[in-house]
Amino acid sequence: MRVLVCVKRVPAPGAKINITADGQAVDTAYLAFTTSPHEECAVEAAVQLVEQHGGESTVLTLGPAEADEQLRYAASIGVDKAVLLPIDGNEWDPQRTSAAIAAAIRDLEATDGVFDLVLFGNESADSGNFQIGVRVAYALSRPMVNGIKGIEVDGTVVHAKRESDAGVEVYHLPLPAVLGVKEGINLPRYPTLKGRLASKKVDVAQVAPQGEAGGQQMVTLLQAAEQVSQTVILGHGPEAAPAVVDLLEELGLLK
Amino acid sequence: MSTLVVVEHDRGTLSPASLEALAAARTLGDEVHALTLGAAADGLAVTLAAHGAATVHQAHHDLLADYGPEAWGEAVAQAIRALQPVAVLACGTDRGNEVMAQAAARLDLPFVANCNEITPGADHWSIVRVRWGGSLLEECTLVAPTKLVTVTHHAFEAVEMAGAGSTNTLAVDLDATLARTVVADRVERAAGVTLATAPLVVGGGRGVGSAEAFAPLEALAALLGGVVGCSRAVTNNGWRNHTDQVGQTGTRIAPDLYVACGISGAIQHWVGAMASKKILAINTDTEANMVVKADYAVIGDLHKVIPAIADEVRRRSAS
Repeated sequence: MRVLVCVKRVPAPGAKINITADGQAVDTAYLAFTTSPHEECAVEAAVQLVEQHGGESTVLTLGPAEADEQLRYAASIGVDKAVLLPIDGNEWDPQRTSAAIAAAIRDLEATDGVFDLVLFGNESADSGNFQIGVRVAYALSRPMVNGIKGIEVDGTVVHAKRESDAGVEVYHLPLPAVLGVKEGINLPRYPTLKGRLASKKVDVAQVAPQGEAGGQQMVTLLQAAEQVSQTVILGHGPEAAPAVVDLLEELGLLK
Repeated sequence: MSTLVVVEHDRGTLSPASLEALAAARTLGDEVHALTLGAAADGLAVTLAAHGAATVHQAHHDLLADYGPEAWGEAVAQAIRALQPVAVLACGTDRGNEVMAQAAARLDLPFVANCNEITPGADHWSIVRVRWGGSLLEECTLVAPTKLVTVTHHAFEAVEMAGAGSTNTLAVDLDATLARTVVADRVERAAGVTLATAPLVVGGGRGVGSAEAFAPLEALAALLGGVVGCSRAVTNNGWRNHTDQVGQTGTRIAPDLYVACGISGAIQHWVGAMASKKILAINTDTEANMVVKADYAVIGDLHKVIPAIADEVRRRSAS
């Protein structure tokens, strides 16, 4: 089977996120970058599906030239092909991003055949717009379910599981289909040395992204109001136990 | 001129988050209408009216008997075409965001997810929405003939009001192929406290050190009727299952007390824990973000502190 996984390069923040002076971006001067967490799991899912069913996996991203790093990371754990839709400057809005990805998928499919499954992350860690996968699926006239924590391909159908407050929902989608994956579906593997070396040689195809600006435009980023709390130190080491249990009692948590 | 609220329910059981969307809709100034999908939700009309819905539109179709993102999204798109509301709101839950994205794709409209503040304007709306799971905000503008927005869960409080609304049956025409994404089967969760609902969560981070070293945390949680949670570092190390993960990409918790042990408090974890009513951090590092942000802290080695707390709890229960 042919599997495409779409990822986004995002900063890997620690305890606080700082904003650049012009308010247009996260200050990444001291930050590393990573693949958005749900998508890391989508990449692993794509590799596992090809291991189980044969075929070929492809990773695609729309982002700056540096997103080459995230494409090669995916390749280092077993993805076969990589496609970069390069953009300059600030990130694209959701409608524009979706249109560009859908157009690129049509182009790739025109030469190499239809992707049986296109995987996205449930939402990106940074902008969290919750819609790229849904819009791309609609543009391609394919079924789509988000929030997926289990994938099983059986012939021409994919069985997908999603958690809800009540339990687990099961969906049966005919292929070709699109799924939004949530972290927890698997535990992504670490790249092997051999994988890392091989990923350096992967040819990253470039497709010029095309899409018109949509109706949602960022003005500026803002810091969320800091939760200010004066931490009460209950004590040091095991000697603090009585003070902790006093607190449990006060909060009505002692049975 | 109306604002339409898409009501989330599961086979007729109302998601309380929808009442937050109704409260948000009432701040926008236009008459508030609600839309329920599927006959099972008809009984919700009274509650919706008591939260400000002047009219409840009820869409009926066999494909709406259970949740399906495409069928729901298409029904919302048809309702928007028929009713021509100024704006459409839902709550930013998994289903809320998914259905609005489906409707937006069908109508080729922008959709702004997880908004905290909405300020309508003549040529554009100004919106403040959450990024990074709530640790950063974005101010953006929305220009569209119909504004599609979800409100951040818990950003608005449900407000009851006196008054009765009317109901209106809304015709929808759904293609049979949309059955492809309707829930086909369900596995109900076993009864009991979950991470999301537990009154007490004992969370462990990298500082716990191994899968086995979670035993004292398990013991303390069991003693207090709570559950164990963990940070993403723990899941990535394979020490615990992802179902225990508290954070932006795990479970968001809101216990009476969160005991965070050996957790540094990176953004990823903090946004999942910040709704806890009280936080007690146990850490050797007084400068750890979790210690700084917590209400209470014990400075020390969790491997010694946790068993001591458990002993003290047992001692007091016995006496």
